[in-house]
Amino acid sequence: MQWEAVIGLEIHVQLATKTKIFSGASTAFGAEANTQACAVDLGLPGTLPVVNDEAINMALKFGLGIDAEINKINVFERKNYFYPDLPKGYQTTQLEKPIVGAGHVDIPQEDGTLHRVRIHHAHLEEDAGKSLHEDFHGMSGIDLNRAGTPLIEIVTEPDMRNAKQAVAFARKLHAIVTTLGICDGEMAQGSMRFDVNVSVRPMGQEELGTRTETKNLNSFKFMERAINKEIERQIELIEDGGTVIQETRLYNGDTDVARSMRSKEEANDYRYFPCPDLLPVVIEDSRLEKLRADMPEMPEARKARFISDLGLGDYDAEVLSGEVTTANYFEASAKAGGDAKLAANWVMGELAKTLNQNDLEIKDSPVSAEVLGGLIARIKDNTISGKIAKQVFEALWKGEGSTADEIIEKKGLKQVTDTGAIEAIIDEVLANNPAQVEQYKAADEAKRGKMVGFFVGQTMKASKGKANPGMVNQLLKKKLG
Amino acid sequence: MAIDRSTVESVAHLARLSISEDEVRQTTEQITAIMGLIDEMQAVDTNGIDPLAHPLDAVQRLRADEVTESNQREKLQNNAPATEDGLFLVPKVIE
Repeated sequence: MQWEAVIGLEIHVQLATKTKIFSGASTAFGAEANTQACAVDLGLPGTLPVVNDEAINMALKFGLGIDAEINKINVFERKNYFYPDLPKGYQTTQLEKPIVGAGHVDIPQEDGTLHRVRIHHAHLEEDAGKSLHEDFHGMSGIDLNRAGTPLIEIVTEPDMRNAKQAVAFARKLHAIVTTLGICDGEMAQGSMRFDVNVSVRPMGQEELGTRTETKNLNSFKFMERAINKEIERQIELIEDGGTVIQETRLYNGDTDVARSMRSKEEANDYRYFPCPDLLPVVIEDSRLEKLRADMPEMPEARKARFISDLGLGDYDAEVLSGEVTTANYFEASAKAGGDAKLAANWVMGELAKTLNQNDLEIKDSPVSAEVLGGLIARIKDNTISGKIAKQVFEALWKGEGSTADEIIEKKGLKQVTDTGAIEAIIDEVLANNPAQVEQYKAADEAKRGKMVGFFVGQTMKASKGKANPGMVNQLLKKKLG
Repeated sequence: MAIDRSTVESVAHLARLSISEDEVRQTTEQITAIMGLIDEMQAVDTNGIDPLAHPLDAVQRLRADEVTESNQREKLQNNAPATEDGLFLVPKVIE
């Protein structure tokens, strides 16, 4: 039987505010345990929440970024459950009237068309603390620094049909929130966490199968693997005569194994009700207008501009516009270097490769966009060849100089374009290889083209790669007759 | 609408309240009485009236995104039965 998977996502995005959603405690990552958890975050009696203005702005920016309806009156509610990292006994969240209503995100498909993923809504809520299960004499340790960090939870419609599509969507969403500057996008630190709902059904069937939820996937790689695994598991289960039960599963990226966390047998009854400590949040039109006016260029628009204004191909434009720091880096290096195509090749090629080898992000690149631009400018004006440029790049990476010009000068890598100098090298090469010269002269025109390569190679080698390859080719052909 | 004892028991469980047999009986009666009141209110015609999320006719005031809280861990943890390495210790939770 042919099966079809149906996938929907819930994404928790930590907002990049300086403080918590309901208190003035810092949200900076990596602080010592419980040093950024104040009385409000601890849910001490007598404390009251006060909503962070910037958290509202960031949620609204997301709404505008995905072309969503905005609920101008939105309401915080209490979701009641007990867990030690939730000291109040309830999570303050939104249910009936979330700040962001229905919207959509379009993702590119392999055939070049766009696939629309509908966003059901996005609501504001607070993050919980962290439970540490290492052994504290048979007890668990609780760190509440994260408690109260503002989140938007984005809920999609079940509009994806395979793991690749889901990952493409996740990447697009990552690009959107980082472009908007509402999230730092650091997935390894938990800034974006994906919950994946997966079900399968016979191809062509309208009715949805029973779904499972796999929680807290914090890398695109794990997400793709976890989805594929879950699809396979469900199909095998059904084909072996079993049934899928609705449950929450936990995927471990290190072992590539998912296990059942808890079945929803004891159906979660969160007893939501409007939070009496918080009044409805009213969004003024003037606030929305101001935010709209300040919206940055979104990845979609940036991609289109890379194609139309900078002359990039569709693939390059997609890759380079996908992530805001990469896009900014590329644009800065293209501007400094005066050649967008060359800049694209370098950012996606040598730079990406070297970053990868050193396990670095582009924002931590020791070679800045301006410095790479300086190198590109020297390739463009023929001061150095592409091959020499790689040497210069390596030296820049190692910090042997602060600009390409400095390294070219210091190492004497300037390309030789002086006809006389190149001719002198060619003469020497020809004198040292009389046999090859004889063969060349005896060969017919068709074979000569190939044979000239030998002399080009020798000449380039003799010039230590500095001779202009185009000129070497020309002069050789002339000399060999 | 009548509330039966199993509803009372499950609500008590959700709220992590331990209630005695007597209390279950008493609470079942009381909540049933309250539900009767609610039934009466349900009869009121509320067509065209927006549901109210809060009894006060006011909107939420917002605060600027500025750090106003400093580290008070020592004082706050004075209150806790058990701490270690700056963590609050609780009975082991396993998922």
